[in-house]
Amino acid sequence: MNAPHTNIERRTACLASRISQAGGDGRWLWDGVREVSIVSALSETRLGGRRDALAGKTVLIRTRDQLSAALVLIELDSVAKRLILAPPDLDAAHLPFVIEDGGVEVIVGDIPPTDDLGVEHVPLTDPAPRLRSSVAHRRSEWVMFTSGTTGRPKMVAHSLHGLTGAIPPADPDDPPVWGTFYDVRRYGGLQMLLRALIGGGSMILSRPDESTGDFLARLGQRGVTHLSATPSHWRKALMSPAIKAVAPRYLRLSGEIADQAVLDNLKAMFPGTPVGHAYASTEAGVGFEVNDGLEGFPADFIGRPGAVAMKVQDGSLRLRSFRTASQYVGAAADLAPDLADGDGFVDTGDMVEQRGERFYFAGRRGGIINVGGLKIHPEEVEAVINRHPAVRMSLVKGRKNPITGAIVVAEVVADGSDETLRDQILSDCRAVLPAFKVPTSIRFVDQLTVTAGGKLERRIA
Amino acid sequence: MTVRSMITTQMESVASQQNKSLAPLNDNLVLLDCGLDSLCFAILVARLEDELGYDPFSTDDDVYFPTTFGDFVAFYERAAH
Repeated sequence: MNAPHTNIERRTACLASRISQAGGDGRWLWDGVREVSIVSALSETRLGGRRDALAGKTVLIRTRDQLSAALVLIELDSVAKRLILAPPDLDAAHLPFVIEDGGVEVIVGDIPPTDDLGVEHVPLTDPAPRLRSSVAHRRSEWVMFTSGTTGRPKMVAHSLHGLTGAIPPADPDDPPVWGTFYDVRRYGGLQMLLRALIGGGSMILSRPDESTGDFLARLGQRGVTHLSATPSHWRKALMSPAIKAVAPRYLRLSGEIADQAVLDNLKAMFPGTPVGHAYASTEAGVGFEVNDGLEGFPADFIGRPGAVAMKVQDGSLRLRSFRTASQYVGAAADLAPDLADGDGFVDTGDMVEQRGERFYFAGRRGGIINVGGLKIHPEEVEAVINRHPAVRMSLVKGRKNPITGAIVVAEVVADGSDETLRDQILSDCRAVLPAFKVPTSIRFVDQLTVTAGGKLERRIA
Repeated sequence: MTVRSMITTQMESVASQQNKSLAPLNDNLVLLDCGLDSLCFAILVARLEDELGYDPFSTDDDVYFPTTFGDFVAFYERAAH
């Protein structure tokens, strides 16, 4: 039923027929402004019937909202040669690079080009019945932008087979309603969209200008059952009174390190609800899920049989599976022709440390603060700060210093901001961290910036 | 508060927070012997920057590292002008 090489439309439609046999396909995608049924997503064109004209082309999908992008993806998968999904914050100034690197022939979307980019633009149209396609199906390549890069965007290529490799079989008797704080035009959000589509579910999408509270209220209104977000998103959600509006039966975290504090807070807020944290990245795909409620992952994941092989080399986690991206695209490929090493492992750049029978994430390789030659991952300090019950979120960074090169400073969002709280946090840090890792100052702030990708914004101080 | 008394206060505060015993401060005291390690000095310089609004180490064109407590105070006093 879930043959790996069929397209997203067939895999969704196949389920649609099973569901309608079981009593009606009521599935939908909804972003608070528009609701589109899965039936119409599969049977209507948003391209004015120009689907077949895009056969074999490299298409950049650039839309104002997530829902439009999802509909175009469904319509063009297995028609286009390559589908490049522009993230919401793609800088228009980078379009020429994207066109060059990706070999873009056509831009599809509802953002009219302001410059002459030398490629055709296909605008979105009102939905109309889709004509029967006369072109042969092909395996489209799905290209996504990697997160966390500044300057020239970096793209990696995936196959639908790889993208959907971690998705469990659907249970048509118990269709999920997925909700996610991610944007479906990024790897994390696309995973959730695919889970909703081929998992027989519906999906609630966020809107760019929507507050955390408003989105939570909408999620509650439509009975979200599966809710997915980064730890930073979750920390913000836990600060919102509207969190009480939702009663999901599965909670998922990915995209950043899930520390024990956020896992414990979710357990306390949703007693008895399973909380899973997944390891995934745009380059390495979905690696694994941890469902025991503890931070890090069991040491025996390394070397265990299964679809994903894991190893730790030079302190960083490396993954090998068919779910990893196949290659960099364009200029990124010139710089790093091989995504994987000689044994097929992709270096995630996430540093891990083994303590006893468990591995713990220490932080990103590039994010290290160097205090007089001693290395600190901001995340390890944040994890300690976040353990204080009054702390909601924290950001640890380096501050330039003429004596040691840098010192560690922290910004904290907390219930309260007095000296007592500051002293408690610092004494918690001193109890478990060596002196050079303890923040030399704590600044209480009203909020911390979360990037469009849902990750805590880390700027070099 | 004078620059000197600000430096004295902050040195005592950093020493106590970092569990270091600070030698009695006088102008001839060699900084390396005062009981503070380089992390303490790093913190001290950052605190003084916050309190005084300047960091003579990064604004001074000459790469100059004061040797005694008296040099250190003079270094900050000079940068104040």
